[in-house]
Formats: sequence, structure tokens, C-alpha cells
Amino acid sequence: MDNLHLATPEIFMLFASCAVLVVDLFLKPGQRHMTYWLTQGSLLITLLLTYGQVGDTAGTAFSGAYTVDGMSAVLKSWILLIAIGGFVYTRDYIKDREIANGEYYVLGLFGVMGMMIMTSSNNLLTIYLGLELLALSLYAMVALYRSNADASEAAMKYFVLGALASGMLLYGMSMVYGSTGSLDLATISQALTTSDAGSTGARFGLTFIIVGLAFKLGAVPFHMWVPDVYDGAPTSVTLYISTAPKIAAFAMIIRLLVDGLEVLSSDWTLMFAILAALSLVVGNLLAIAQQNIKRMLAYSTISHVGFLLLGMVAANPEGYSASMFYAITYAFTTLAAFGVLLVLSRNGEEAVMLDDLSGLFRRNALAATVMMVALISLAGVPPLVGFYAKLSVLKAVISAGYVWLAVIAVIMSVVGAFYYLRAIKMMFFDDPVDSSEVPARMDVNATLAVNGLAVVVLGIFPGWIMAVCVRAFAG
Amino acid sequence: MLLSLLIWLPIVAGVVILALGDARARHIALGVSVLTFVFSLPLFFGFDTTISQMQFTEHAAWLPSFDINYTLGVDGISMPLILLTTFINVIVVISAWVVITDRVAVYLGAFQIMTGLMVGVFAALDAILFYIFFEATLIPMFLIIGIWGGPNRVYATIKFFLYTFLGSVFMLVALIYMYRVGSSFAVLDLHILKLNQKEQLLIFLAFLIAFAVKIPMWPVHTWLPDAHVEAPTAGSAVLAAIMLKMGGYGFLRFSLPITPDASNRLDGLMIFLSLVAVVYIGFVALAQRDMKKLIAYSSISHMGFVTLGIFIAFMLIGAGDQSHVALGIEGAMVQMISHGFISAAMFLCVGVMYDRVHSREIADYGGVVNTMPIFAAFMVFFALANAGLPGTSGFVGEFMVIIASFKANFWFAFLAATTLILGAAYTLWMVKRVIFGEVTNANVANLTDIDRREFIMLALLAFFVLLLGVWPNLVVHVMHASVENLVQHISVSKY
Repeated sequence: MDNLHLATPEIFMLFASCAVLVVDLFLKPGQRHMTYWLTQGSLLITLLLTYGQVGDTAGTAFSGAYTVDGMSAVLKSWILLIAIGGFVYTRDYIKDREIANGEYYVLGLFGVMGMMIMTSSNNLLTIYLGLELLALSLYAMVALYRSNADASEAAMKYFVLGALASGMLLYGMSMVYGSTGSLDLATISQALTTSDAGSTGARFGLTFIIVGLAFKLGAVPFHMWVPDVYDGAPTSVTLYISTAPKIAAFAMIIRLLVDGLEVLSSDWTLMFAILAALSLVVGNLLAIAQQNIKRMLAYSTISHVGFLLLGMVAANPEGYSASMFYAITYAFTTLAAFGVLLVLSRNGEEAVMLDDLSGLFRRNALAATVMMVALISLAGVPPLVGFYAKLSVLKAVISAGYVWLAVIAVIMSVVGAFYYLRAIKMMFFDDPVDSSEVPARMDVNATLAVNGLAVVVLGIFPGWIMAVCVRAFAG
Repeated sequence: MLLSLLIWLPIVAGVVILALGDARARHIALGVSVLTFVFSLPLFFGFDTTISQMQFTEHAAWLPSFDINYTLGVDGISMPLILLTTFINVIVVISAWVVITDRVAVYLGAFQIMTGLMVGVFAALDAILFYIFFEATLIPMFLIIGIWGGPNRVYATIKFFLYTFLGSVFMLVALIYMYRVGSSFAVLDLHILKLNQKEQLLIFLAFLIAFAVKIPMWPVHTWLPDAHVEAPTAGSAVLAAIMLKMGGYGFLRFSLPITPDASNRLDGLMIFLSLVAVVYIGFVALAQRDMKKLIAYSSISHMGFVTLGIFIAFMLIGAGDQSHVALGIEGAMVQMISHGFISAAMFLCVGVMYDRVHSREIADYGGVVNTMPIFAAFMVFFALANAGLPGTSGFVGEFMVIIASFKANFWFAFLAATTLILGAAYTLWMVKRVIFGEVTNANVANLTDIDRREFIMLALLAFFVLLLGVWPNLVVHVMHASVENLVQHISVSKY
């Protein structure tokens, strides 16, 4: 128990979340903004604690069930940073809709904690605990908008399919446990390397684990829930679901498949190759047909998950760091896109159809510009950061010898460019339907500007964040 | 540092213009564009024409974990194109001075940023850096066509973007593949990279898609008439004058030196496509009713000469006629530079009339010479240059390419030479219908002749068209050493 200090961020987070929950009970309706500031404060302090671990801190705690390494501190910092940004964008949206204020923030905090645990887990059970902590928070957050029938339906769908996926994952884990005799990832890896005895059972378990992961990520053909949940959930929750959890999901893949089952990589690369190719094709093609921008972004997420998995196909440190870079850049670029949607969704109006973006440049030039930058980055056009993410993944895949996958990926990114361009066309070339100004708070504007600038500046100087990702898997 | 300055000065200035808003946009843009042009002059006067090595080189580690470097440098092939870029930028600002009233800061800012990026395309010596500049130019052009374009602008700009994007992503895959083989993204390392027959063929095709769309070659040219017609005047001018040249430059910098054997094998196909562009598109141009469309098709036809001049080289090498190989390639280069001036001028001429009458239809004009005599003189001059009149720059490049083709095969030269008739036919017929004759309608009767701003703009272009026409050696001797070096390089098999 002497390494407990490694878990300081999570421990602090737990106490802070509980404190926020309790304090919120005693607040009068007029004082609700306190909850917001306490939440942001907790996240910020946790971020500082986590950031302190970036670099040389490494080790395990809780008898090896929890680990801090090069990857975990970096990913957790990004998760926290994105969560902070997400809450800034979310604040007015949930206030307008009277989505129970305090609970929303507390659930959000617990979700973040779940992601942190997933990122740092070194044991099948810890992974599962982190995942469920996140998933249960998300189900509740989708359902919080009680007055909205779509949200309730989405919550139901999400819950049922999420539970199914968790079941698959748990079943797979139990098979791995059965054939290796351990829950500890390092021991599992050891057992599979030294003896071939349990590998049939482990392979069987691996298949279920991959199905579970694919469900959680929304990779084709396990993607059916993604558009419905993205569309039905309040936009603030869609923002939450589509950003930081993707980073955590990436961490979970690394923990399970690289730290634990890398010996079986010849088995899972093929599965990932198929999942990636299907996600790229289906996600991009179906996104074209969408008129609803949330559904469009949902299908676009599916295609980006394809890209993320593509890096894993390489099954070497170059590929892992490429996927990590992809997950991080995807998350903060998508954050900007949803941030703009939240700015647009005000006075009880929802910005859900593509037409709602019409003429945005004339209504709010900053929001339109940030949205454009985010969409072009998602399309993978240089010099924005999304291009380097695609470049690093393509480089890893081609180096590993899968040129055909790279060709599918680039063709599909051209298809993807079409629907992103269509949205930009709406904002910049069309005249607004409703030409009223779209005001936004100072802090929202500032966050949007920083977020958009990050996409541009990291596009011109992507070197350090690439180096961080490479270092996470070096040695 | 000079090349970095030429790239980043306009880009930073463009951002500043965007930030400061419409009030001072024009003056800042003019100042910056003139400054950029002046700063680019040392490239020409300080250029050592006796060596073929890269000059004004810069090198900095940029993305060390990916082995991507910020490497810049110019040789005789890229240097003239950079000067053309910075010069056209000045013309762009002058042309927009009073014409653009809506969101002028965004307009001029986008053009300044694009200028920096285009200089980057010609100066980059790292393949990924090149790709980044090459692609990044799409974004400002997409906005320029989409915001200030004509009625069908959305279709045109999305088509433009997607065509070029689709073309270039295959190039990206090819570049990464070569990194896998040779562990370097440096263009000069790629030149000496050993590649087998199959690899060369696939890489050549990847480059071909990228550059054939950009230049554009028949049959992937269809984005160009749409984009040119819908773009605002300066947008068409930059598209025709510089963006098309990126394709030609790409062939010379990437396709030929990296995959010489594949280029050699497929030269028949390339020559065939080039001749189709020259002859068939020439006929297509003849049938146009819209002036901008006519000039757009004429651009494609003229670009056919560029690809013909480049790929005829392999026929001549095969025939053992080394001395004329350089002539063809230099002809292609001269054609690119000359077309940069002439096509920009033609589009600006149409723009001058469009600003007054708001129509591009040939049928809406007639007898313009009666009301705009000075303008008519310019227009006729540029039209003759476009048709390849000796004494103008338009003649030189075509003539050099025709001579080189003649040495390779009489019939190639014969087909290529039909352009002298076709080009004269479509351009002069348009001029006849638009400029000469009686005043046909009230719009034309009420025209006012060009003002001082328009005069300066057209006179500057006319000066260079004449200068290159009577003294082509001015650019030819600059590029000679580099072209000779290229010819040496592609004459040797890489197997």
C-alpha cells in the first residue's frame, strides 16, 4: 500500500465529487452556479495533480491493480482538460433546459473518474470497474433530460446495448481468467508467453473482448446504437460521450490487448483490420445521407473510430502512438464542433438540422470559424492537426505492410471531406434563415477561441504532442 | 531565410488583415503584396545559373519523431514559378481594389495566405511539407470561390475541392510508401531512391492522379471550367496562373525524377492525353458562349503543351537525341510561365467587362472598341498572345515544344501545331464578336473605358508578356542548368 500516492488524482477526485454532491444539496436554486465552479475547481486541481505525474513518475499500486506509466498520465491530463472545456460549453445549455443541475455535474465527475480508472488499470477487474463507472454515469446523464421523450428512448437503447456489450466483455475476461489463472494483465501476458497451454481459451475470450470493445467504441458492425444515442441525447451529453470517453476507450484497448494479450496480436490485428475497414466505409458513406447534424457527427465518429483502430492494426509501438495521437486530436477537435452546436442551441431551440447552420458566419463569425477549422481538421486537410493524426496512422499502417488498408482509408477520407464541406458551405456560403445574432458568454467565446486555435497551432507545430505519444510507448 | 520570409510574410499579413477588418485591409494587402514581390527579386538576381544544385536552402528539424523536416530550396525550375506567384499576388490586390465590397478583409486575407502557401509548394524540399502546402491551398480557394463566386459557386467549389483532394491523397500514400522503402521524406533523397518496376508504376500512377487533376489533363479536367467560371475574377486568375502550374511543377519535381522508368514506359499514354487536350479541347473552346469558359478550355489546351513538352523527353531519349530533350522541357516551363501572365490577363480583361455589364456571355457584347478603345487594345494584344503570336511570350513555349516534338515524331508535331490554328480561331473569333463591329446594345454603348487602376494592372501584365516574347532567354538561361541535370537524371534507369 506504500505506493498510494500514485493514485492521488483519483483519490482527490473521489472526495471532490462526493463533496460537490453534498454541497449541492444545501444550495438554494439561485446559488447553483456554485456547483459549476466547484466542479471546474475539482477538475482543475485533479488536472494539476495528474499533470505532475507526466514524465518520470511510474509504478503500480493496490497490489498491481493500478498503474501509472508514460501513457496514463498523458491521457488522463487530456481527459481532464477536455472535460473542463466540455463543462464550459455545457453550462448554459443545461441551465436553459433545467436538466437537474447538480446531479449532472456530479455524474459528469464520476464519469471522468471512471475514465481515469480505465486509463490506469492494470487488472481485468479494475478495467471493468472503471468502464462501468463511466457507462452508468453516461446512461444516467442521457436520461436526465426527463421531459424529452427522445432522450428517454436514447437512454433506454444505450443502457440495453451497453449492458449487452459489458456482458460480452465480462464473459471474454472470464475466459481469459480461466485459461491463464490470473486477473493481473502482466501475469496474463507472462502466462501466455511461457506456455501455449491456455491459448485456445484465451483466443476464445479475446473474441468476446473485442466484440465488447467494438460495441463500446461504436465500430461497425456494432455501431447501431451510436446514431440513435447521439441524436436522442441532449447535445451536452452527446458532447460528453463523443470526446473524452474515446480517449479512455483507446486506453482500455491498449491495456487489454497490448499489456495483456499482445501475444495474441496475430489474432486481433485481423479482427481490427476488418472492423476498421468496415467502420471507415460505412461511417463515411452513411454520414453523407444525414440531414441531422448530430447524426452526421455520429457517423463521422464511427469513421474516426475506424481510423483509430487502423493504428492498432500495425500492432507495434509506432501504431499505438499513432492511435493515441489520433484519439487525442479527435477528442479536442470534436469538442470544438459540439461546442459550437451548444452555442447555437439556445433559448429552447435545438441546433440539430444541417440547415440550422445556414449563414452562421454572418450571425457569429467566431463560432463559424471555429466550426470550420474543426470540420476541416476532421476531414484531414493540412495544415490542421487532424491531418497529422491521419498521417501518423497511415504511416504506421503502411510501414506494417497494409497498403490496401491505407488506400481504403484515404479514399474514404475523401468521401468524408464531402459532408464536412457541405456543413462549411451552409455556414459560409448560404444566407441565414434566421438572421438574429447568436451571442455567447465571454468564457464560452474564450474557450472556443482557444479550442479553435489549438487545432490550428497544433497543426503548424504538432511536434511536441507527437513526441509525447511516441514516448508513451517507447521502451 | 529569404524563402521563409516569402512564405510567412504573406501568411502572417493575411492573418493580420483578417483580424483588423475591412477598414485598412486594402492598403495593408497592397503593401504586403508589393513587399513580397520586392523581396522575391533577390531570388532572381542572386541566382547562380551555372549550377543545378538547390539554392537559398534552409533546413530545420520540424517533426523529428516523424523524420519530417522544414527543408526549403529553389532551383531553376521552381524559382521562376515563385516569382510568378508573388507577381500575380500584386495584380490580385489591384484587381480587387474597388471591385470587392463584401467582406473585403476576408477576401484579401485569403489571397495573401494562399500566396504564402503557393510559394511554399514551389520551395518545399521535403515531400510531406510539399504535400501540406499543396493541400492547404485548397482551403482559401474553396472559400474564395464559395463566398464571392457566381450563381453556381457551391457546386463548382465543392467539385474543385473534392477533385483535387481525391487526386492528392494517393500521392500521400505513395510518399509514405517511399518512406518505408528509403526512410526519408527529403525530395532529393527520393530522387535517388531505388524502386523496382512495379513500385515505380504504382507510384507514378499515384502522382499522375494528383498532378493530372491539378494541371489538369483530359479527361480529369472537368472541374476546371466550372471552377474558373464561378470564381471571382482574381480567383480565376490565380487558379489559371499559378495553381495549374503546381501540377506541371509536380511532374518535373516528383514524377520524372522519382519514377523515370515508369514515366518512360507510359510516355505514349501521356503524349496521347496531351494531344487530346491540345486538339479536342481546342475544338471545345471554339464552341463556348461564355468568355470565361472559353478561356478555361484554352487553359487546358495550353497545359496540354506543358505535359507534351515534358513527356516527349522520353521519346527523344529513346531515339538518342539528347540535345532536344532539354528543349521540350524548357518549352514546357516557358509555356507555364507565359500562360501564367496571359491567362491571368485574359481573366482580368473579362473581369473588367463583367464589372461593368455583369455578363460573361459573348452574345451580350459587340463593338466594345467603340466605347473602350484603350481596353480593346489590351484585350486584342492578350488575345493574340494567347493565340501564340510571335513576339509575345505565348509563341515561345509552344514553338519550343513543337520543335522538340518534331524531332521525336512528325505527327505529334503536326497535331500539336494545329493549336496555332485552333488557338487563333477560338481567341480571335471571340475578340471579333466582343470587341469589334458595331455597338450592339445599350450596355456596350454606356461603357466607360478603363481607369488608371485597371490600366496599371493590364499594362504590368502586357509588359511581361512582351518581355518574355522578345527576350525568352531571360528565363530560359535561369532554368537551363537545372533542366540539363534533370535530363541527365531521367536518362539513367533506376533499376
